[in-house]
Amino acid sequence: MHELTGAQALVRSLEHEGVEVVFGLPGGTILPTYDPLLSSSLRHVLVRHEQGAGHAAEGYAWATGRPGVCMATSGPGATNLVTALSDAYMDSVPMVAITGQVGTSLIGTDAFQEADITGITLPITKHNEIVTSVERIPAAVAEAFHIATTGRPGPVLIDVPKDVQQNTGSVDWPAQMDLPGYQVPGPPSPAAIRAAAALLLQARRPVLYVGGGVIKSDSHQDLLRLAELTRAPVTTTLMARGAFPDSHPLALGMPGMHGTYPAVSALQEADLVVALGARFDDRVTGKLADFAPRARIVHADIDPAEIGKNRAPDVAIVGDLRLTMAGLADAMAAALSDGGTRPDTGDWLSILDGWKRQFPLRYSQDADGPLKPQYVTERLSALTGGDAIIVAGVGQHQMHAAQHYGFTRPRSWINSGGAGTMGFAVPAAMGAQVGRPGETVVAIDGDGCFQMTAQELATCAIEKIPIKVLIFNNGFLGMVRQWQELFYDERYSSVELGTAIPDYVKLAEAYGCVGLRCDRADEVDTILDKALAPSDVPVVVDFRTHDREGVFPMVPAGRPNDDIVLGPEFSADEQRAATRREMGI
Amino acid sequence: MTTHTLSVLAENKPGVLSHIAGLFSRRAFNISSLAVGPTQDERVSRFTIVVDGASTPVDQVSKQLEKLVRVLKVVQLSEGAAVERELALIKVRADPALRGQLLEVAGVFGASVVDMSPTTLVLEAVSSPAKLDALLAMLDSYGTCELVRTGRIALARGASVITDGGPALQAVPDAADTAA
Repeated sequence: MHELTGAQALVRSLEHEGVEVVFGLPGGTILPTYDPLLSSSLRHVLVRHEQGAGHAAEGYAWATGRPGVCMATSGPGATNLVTALSDAYMDSVPMVAITGQVGTSLIGTDAFQEADITGITLPITKHNEIVTSVERIPAAVAEAFHIATTGRPGPVLIDVPKDVQQNTGSVDWPAQMDLPGYQVPGPPSPAAIRAAAALLLQARRPVLYVGGGVIKSDSHQDLLRLAELTRAPVTTTLMARGAFPDSHPLALGMPGMHGTYPAVSALQEADLVVALGARFDDRVTGKLADFAPRARIVHADIDPAEIGKNRAPDVAIVGDLRLTMAGLADAMAAALSDGGTRPDTGDWLSILDGWKRQFPLRYSQDADGPLKPQYVTERLSALTGGDAIIVAGVGQHQMHAAQHYGFTRPRSWINSGGAGTMGFAVPAAMGAQVGRPGETVVAIDGDGCFQMTAQELATCAIEKIPIKVLIFNNGFLGMVRQWQELFYDERYSSVELGTAIPDYVKLAEAYGCVGLRCDRADEVDTILDKALAPSDVPVVVDFRTHDREGVFPMVPAGRPNDDIVLGPEFSADEQRAATRREMGI
Repeated sequence: MTTHTLSVLAENKPGVLSHIAGLFSRRAFNISSLAVGPTQDERVSRFTIVVDGASTPVDQVSKQLEKLVRVLKVVQLSEGAAVERELALIKVRADPALRGQLLEVAGVFGASVVDMSPTTLVLEAVSSPAKLDALLAMLDSYGTCELVRTGRIALARGASVITDGGPALQAVPDAADTAA
């Protein structure tokens, strides 16, 4: 037993969890904890806004697979974490947030900087708790990390009143967790695996619909094995980019609202969809009733509540996805080596290959014309060999990055998927770079997003966190502009930001970063080479991109995926051919 | 209206009620009635939650409830296989001339008189929700001045126990560790 203050116990508990870095910003009620933090083994990254701490913790978790940790004071400090917690909850990101709270005797009195943060974050955390005694701290922290990282991961918040940090109590480690109601789903049922394998052995037009769970469970190698054994094509959702190499012949790219034609349409024509750690999100399914209308469904997920939430499966596999994937691959290998045969998917794959050739992601970059964001992304992909960690905000730049960067490995794509949080990229890239110091971390950001959290450039410059930030500056809230063009009769309401203010080069320099600008296609490689060169400080590039460029293909919101619009780069004949496809198998 | 009755065992800790209520609001599920109280084990509270089956996917409700860290067990009670009770206190207008009739109605429904004034009676009724509805309909013609009704509570009929098939109450560690 140790006689420690709550603050000391809290810091010691974080050390026991193997935490190496905390992103945070101190204030009145968390001050007691910042004192022992100073002499601990933990690195503290002082952010400029608590939202930045939250997204940095997320970026760290995405990039490393380890839980990210952020810390803030009570009241506004805590509420500034709310967006990041909500984001982490939607995208199942393991994260622990620690907030100070006003003293126990002041709770409920509308005290200075008091906010009911456990109440506020109740619907956007996997769990939260207000800790009421020093003795409880080790267990509360251990439980928070256990809950955040096991099962379907998610954010957990611990709120610690100031007096609990200041008081002394008897504490010990390892902490005894007390979670009788928390069950981590175990291995999948062998019967379910057999049933799924049986469907795979019959399927003539199978598709593997791969979601973020494959990355979170580190089962990308089993995915590769399963895909190659079954000769089934693979779509990777926005959450799963990098789970399967884009260069693989079985890769179809991303499905959904801005998915590739082959990915979207393969799901529509499939006779079997195997959903692996994916949740039939509306951005993937389009109009749910018309999604994959001819397919039987295998749904594998660690969260039982996802099964049947949106689409009723024919076979449900609940459990650790890594075990599920390994089990499925083993079952397929065993069936095939026992002389079993799978239907020949050759015809199916050749149809899909035809679609890849006929309906690729298409854009045009004129040598003297306006700079296209797709072109910049493709050059970035080529110059980094698909090996950089790409972080995106939300909007057109995010979709262009997800579509046009050639991903080669898991945990190299980080973005805000479910919540769609603008301003995610810069702080998340900061967190990713802290977690992966030796790697090239590139934030692809829009000018709208960038301005929401750009203050963290100061943190990056001072802490020597050398992220690269590529702003696709089209002077608009581009995705909103695109919707107003398509669905609001080109009535552009409050959507133009302008390209001149701020001057991003000067802004970067003011923050102690290198600032570059590029507005010509023939300068892209030179500028990217400069930006990607090793550096102690962050680099910000202001790419002046075409303000009329849209994101295509596109399935209009709420419409069936069969209504996919290829976009202005395709002729009316091509669109007709895409819409009225004849399968013949 | 088809209703579903859920029995939920949860740790008796601060914030559990708001976690459960918050889940219903966040997922846009509708609660028809909610009753909560202690069980024979002081570390465990029992919630009886009635949901409208037409507007709320009851399996999804169960699964989401099971995901709450403080929830120990969720059981869907099937209609007919459970004893269901509600308690109501009803203040009803009772002119002396009608008092005899009213007492007769109360007697038929097994309701007892718990208070009386020159012009009113307070009846206490404990019964199945359907029977209670029938009593209330009868009393309406005399004039119901005030009504208070609890949420439904329910237990499965027969020898089966909610903790069959675990997690059992015994799995909860010593009370000393879980001081609320």
